Amino acid sequence: MNESIGNEMYSLHINGQDRPVVDAWVGESLLYVLRERLGLPGAKGACEQGECGSCTVLMDGDAVCSCLVMAATAVGSDIVTVEGLIEQNPTMAVTAQAITSQVTDVQQAFITEGGVQCGFCTPGLIVAVHHLLDKNPNPTELEVKESISGNICRCTGYGRIFAAVEAVVQVRKANS
Amino acid sequence: MTVALPLTIREAVLALSNTPDARLIQGGTDMMVEVNFNHLKPNNIIALRRIQELRTWQKNADGTVTIGAGVPYQEMESGELKQLVPALAEAARTVGSPQIRAAGTLGGNLGTCSPAGDGLPVLFALDAVVHLQSHEALRQISIHEFMLGVKRNARNANEIITAVTIPLLNGWQGYAKVGVRNAMVISVASACLAIDKSTNSVRIGLGAVGPTIIRCRDAESWLSQQFDFSSTTGIDGAVAKEFGRRVTLESKPIDDHRSTAEYRRHAVGVLAQRLITRAYPS
Repeated sequence: MNESIGNEMYSLHINGQDRPVVDAWVGESLLYVLRERLGLPGAKGACEQGECGSCTVLMDGDAVCSCLVMAATAVGSDIVTVEGLIEQNPTMAVTAQAITSQVTDVQQAFITEGGVQCGFCTPGLIVAVHHLLDKNPNPTELEVKESISGNICRCTGYGRIFAAVEAVVQVRKANS
Repeated sequence: MTVALPLTIREAVLALSNTPDARLIQGGTDMMVEVNFNHLKPNNIIALRRIQELRTWQKNADGTVTIGAGVPYQEMESGELKQLVPALAEAARTVGSPQIRAAGTLGGNLGTCSPAGDGLPVLFALDAVVHLQSHEALRQISIHEFMLGVKRNARNANEIITAVTIPLLNGWQGYAKVGVRNAMVISVASACLAIDKSTNSVRIGLGAVGPTIIRCRDAESWLSQQFDFSSTTGIDGAVAKEFGRRVTLESKPIDDHRSTAEYRRHAVGVLAQRLITRAYPS
């Protein structure tokens, strides 16, 4: 149905749940609504102009910058944040270590391979890597680089991040 | 402030005639930057992203392809659209990052009408036609008449950009751009070159070196007299270089925060030379 949202409540579908957004200005970005209205601080705010990727979430299956989505236009869309990856992908937590620590296989690989330093870019990278490997379980080096080209990390130099992606590819192969 | 979420073009144009001050938002990758930095506080918004009609494309019987204004760049990068319009696929792949390409659209590129918009040199080189629809009427307008200046276009306040129609040409086509790095960059200078063997002609459109995209008609007709585009041999290096020089003469760049006019003039000539050499390598 055609809908029109004013300054009253609207509802977003996030991590499998309907989450009402109350008393908010309807021009707010999805990033702001996630962090400041809904208590989901996983997506990080840095550049606020789509250049850094630290606010990456999944929207209807695509990885997008939540800072560039007007939250009220995401009504009716299926949104998954970094907090929701574990529930969305229960079968992905394939290692015993990952299951006990309540992280996904991608998150565990970032820990094991040392792909995290300051950690600010990490949630966005985790979402981007999940998105890549769900669509393309065996990516080439170029495909990995291109798929995370919108996620800026200023600490790691990316080497440990590529190692983490490769580790997930190998673990998933061994378990399939 | 209200946000309307129409599901059809008809609902959208009705909403626009009822709220004439409304801003149209497609993927949001341009407008939300302005909102986030408090440069824009829109009064009313009509969000077009849920209109499925705008997210489709089709190949037409007359040798053209019509791409809905809401088709995201990621759909142009590969698959059948890449086969049909290779230059558009190359341009799409240079837009921002995968995240931006999942949201950004040709409709948004046309609505914003920045000279640095990566889709626009392709539309100019291929003589695309823009489809506009209001509550009362439909019209089609050449891209050359649509873009009027920096972020100015011929869309009337009651109209929605619904699609673009692009002629399918027989011949090599490609896109190249210069920026500070490979990924996630706004053009400092860009160019789309397309060969049309059926009319033995070349077209070149330049981005970010003038208030609108620039078609280099003089350089195009000069090259047509120097070179047979049905040729299977490579282009002479001196001819390619002179083509680049002539393209440079038709650019009208300025100094701004992203680069200097001098550098842009140089860069766009190199791009032209490089593209024609890519089309006819020796």
